[in-house]
Amino acid sequence: MSNVGIVIVSHSPLVAEGTADMVRQMVGDEVPLAWCGGNGHGGLGTSVEAIMGAIEKAWSEAGVAILVDLGGAETNSEMAVEMIGEPRAQKIVVCNAPIVEGAVMAATEASGGASLKEVVATAHELSPA
Amino acid sequence: MVAMAASDLSRLIAAVADTIAAHADELTALDQAIGDGDHGLNMKRGFEAVRAEADTFAAKPLPEALKAIGTKLVMTVGGASGPLFGTLFMALGKEISAEPDRAGLTIAFGKAIEAVAARGKSQIGQKTMLDVLQPVHEALAEGKTAAEIVAVADRAAQATVPMKALRGRASFLGDRSIGHMDAGARSTALLVRAVAETIERHA
Repeated sequence: MSNVGIVIVSHSPLVAEGTADMVRQMVGDEVPLAWCGGNGHGGLGTSVEAIMGAIEKAWSEAGVAILVDLGGAETNSEMAVEMIGEPRAQKIVVCNAPIVEGAVMAATEASGGASLKEVVATAHELSPA
Repeated sequence: MVAMAASDLSRLIAAVADTIAAHADELTALDQAIGDGDHGLNMKRGFEAVRAEADTFAAKPLPEALKAIGTKLVMTVGGASGPLFGTLFMALGKEISAEPDRAGLTIAFGKAIEAVAARGKSQIGQKTMLDVLQPVHEALAEGKTAAEIVAVADRAAQATVPMKALRGRASFLGDRSIGHMDAGARSTALLVRAVAETIERHA
């Protein structure tokens, strides 16, 4: 698929899965989509390993936009991107946007064939500068 | 400082893991006061995972060992502390030589601290682990003894109590973060103590 992929990373698997459900309702299967949540040990948190797996699952040559909830999700996502390494890392962006609204808006933009830059810009419009 | 033998690195790993395990409840309590309360358990899980593979790490040259330990922490800690402490070890491994003298260690440690600051988008004075790392780096550079460095680390962690958190979950509390020690600063001071005392004892 040539549309930009969307990855949802929450501390809570319930939030991540629920957000993914809302994205699917909007865009169906037109956008590669993956989510992860929880620390991998049954608790709240985020796991670099799980995030790397989600990026693989939602991978698109057009790039991947990651939507995160709280700080640790952002830090762990940035770490995951770094560990995936170049050349793919430059096609992965961790968005600064609210997770639910950001994911739905970004996916909607992506479903129209928008570039990674446009998808990320759409998500960022949701965050006051 | 002379070349580090495999047994030395094993001893350091055991000392650090023991210290974190012994203080896990305390770290969790600190984190519960102004964070999400998972710091003790997360750090314990990470350093137990490092301990489980201590022999493998210790068989590697020091730079490779530190990078591998950092990667293991990234993969096992599970909170923001994973990338932050993982980056500290990974960057230290990247910058250090196989047989560092004190000057080499000091320079590498300084660069590792910069990497942690970049990873956390943070700086000194924001009630984080950097508030312990920075004074410890200065003490290293000034030629302080192991005991003095441990004291500097403890004082630095204590000095986060009156600070207002500007990074991490504690920053959500604003002024209410004042009056509590930062859990990451405390765990950093514990790491410094375990490493400094182990090296001193076996020097």
